[in-house]
Amino acid sequence: MGGLAGRNPVTWDQLQVGAVAAPRVDEPLTITDFVRYQGASGDMNPIHHDPAFARKAGYDQPIAIGMLAAGRAATYLTDWLGPQDIRVFGVRFMEVAWPGDVLVYAGKVTGRREPPGERLVDVEIACARQAGGQHLTAWATVVVHS
Amino acid sequence: MCIELGKVREFARAVGSSHPVHLQGVTPVSPLTFLQASAFWRSPANEALSNGRDQRRVLHASQEFVFPHGPPRAGTTLTGQQRIEKEWTKEGRRGGQLDFVLVVTDYTDEHGALVAQVRSTTVSTARPAGRS
Repeated sequence: MGGLAGRNPVTWDQLQVGAVAAPRVDEPLTITDFVRYQGASGDMNPIHHDPAFARKAGYDQPIAIGMLAAGRAATYLTDWLGPQDIRVFGVRFMEVAWPGDVLVYAGKVTGRREPPGERLVDVEIACARQAGGQHLTAWATVVVHS
Repeated sequence: MCIELGKVREFARAVGSSHPVHLQGVTPVSPLTFLQASAFWRSPANEALSNGRDQRRVLHASQEFVFPHGPPRAGTTLTGQQRIEKEWTKEGRRGGQLDFVLVVTDYTDEHGALVAQVRSTTVSTARPAGRS
């Protein structure tokens, strides 16, 4: 992870509507990833690591924890445009993801605004399952200085 | 609540970040979704808003973080104030009622200035959420 900033659009001139950042193909999801995130966040819902509990909820196996991909979408964005300048970061959860899924993160510029004294860029990050389907979509507003 | 250094580093690794701004020094910037973690470390007084919901039937619909001056650093002491901003109901595609709730948490610093706002929408299904 990291090293995106070299090739990606980062200046006000480069961050035109429709400009894209290089997509990131993540490693296949593992239940260990879920457990590591759950430990870090304190959300110990067993649906993400306990097969018997997942079956009782109607799933064949534990399901991915959405906030993990949300956090990884944030990592992708931070590697692109840096954390201190981010003013809004949101995610909407769509389809369930599973252990073994390869998630692909792809960002693009969707808007530009110049309120008094500031330059703001709106971006959207799609997080798709390589097997098909959209796991989540994220949006952000970023202050641009250069 | 104090944003703890070790927790920031642990969280950054869990979301696959190797960005030095999250990992170096003693006051690294917290990752963008870090404040979600605090929802699970809160005091008993705040538990009421999510207690009593069946974990098999609650799904996270959306989540938004607003930072007027960028995400807070480790070492910052924040006070969280949580409220239910909106509750609404929809009819699910497979039948059964979907109950949505938008919980907003305002985080302020020692001077009362807003540092972050976290907006979390969850949905409860009438039946367990998985295919049955």
